[in-house]
Amino acid sequence: MTHKPGDMSCDDFQDQLADLIASGEDISNHPHLKNCPRCRALLADLQTIADAARQLIPVDPPEDDLWDRIESAIRKEENSSTKS
Amino acid sequence: MPRTTSLPRAQRSGTKQSGETVSSNEASPQHQSPAASMPVDDVLPRAQAGDHQAFAQLYALHKRRVYSLCLRMVNNVAEAEDLTQEAFLQLHRKIATFRGDSAFSTWLHRLAVNVVLMHLRKKGLQLTSLDEAMEPTPDEGPGRSFGAPDPALAGSIDRLALERAVADLPAGYRLIFVLHDIEGYEHNEIASMLECSIGNSKSQLHKARLKLRDALRTASRKDGQK
Repeated sequence: MTHKPGDMSCDDFQDQLADLIASGEDISNHPHLKNCPRCRALLADLQTIADAARQLIPVDPPEDDLWDRIESAIRKEENSSTKS
Repeated sequence: MPRTTSLPRAQRSGTKQSGETVSSNEASPQHQSPAASMPVDDVLPRAQAGDHQAFAQLYALHKRRVYSLCLRMVNNVAEAEDLTQEAFLQLHRKIATFRGDSAFSTWLHRLAVNVVLMHLRKKGLQLTSLDEAMEPTPDEGPGRSFGAPDPALAGSIDRLALERAVADLPAGYRLIFVLHDIEGYEHNEIASMLECSIGNSKSQLHKARLKLRDALRTASRKDGQK
């Protein structure tokens, strides 16, 4: 990728990308992206990944008997601390 | 790029607000009668005072998210249940020390994260501190996007491919990605949870996404060759 004088390199843009994304601003009009299909594709991919993560199916809750195990362990600890 | 999310998924899906009560359906560990419900605001102080029923409701309110974090970090149901049990046992031991300096869920998740990291360390993952979990070795880092154009992800990702790629991330990256992009925590909450800077959380999330991109594109290329 060649760059006009004063234009930001891919290296510089990608160095700033974490902060640019985390700022929450719409950076699709960033000057570097107008001339750089590679960084546009990168940004689109990162957006796709973040969107896909939100769509992941939530994990089912743990089995009901897990509470029985926790409760039993708590009782055991309480009993041992009472005895000591 | 717009923010990926602004609220933890539990809040987005309607965590109870002040003044509401916890129904027997949602917040009882199991088999409790509706009469056992109590206002959410009362649950934490009562659990801190040693009320066993309140602690049970606290478990019911938070079990899914703690278990989800554990499962996504270890990818094994039995291990995730053991870790969830350990997290809530530690919560029971320490709950009286919670002073409200951060949100309770953030505090609880921090506790759960430490349980998970301890477990990973015991399994042989060379993590002597959370800082190391946050700083994968250089060869684990994502590559930059230079050179000849590669095929992009074409705007969609197979869910199972993403699940696999997340499971293969180094622990530190996986943790940040799960907390932020899947569980929906904000960077300031993650920074508090992991005792790192907000900048570090942002940077590690970005690297995690880059690494996922590398993995997904590699998987896509392999699939295309079949």
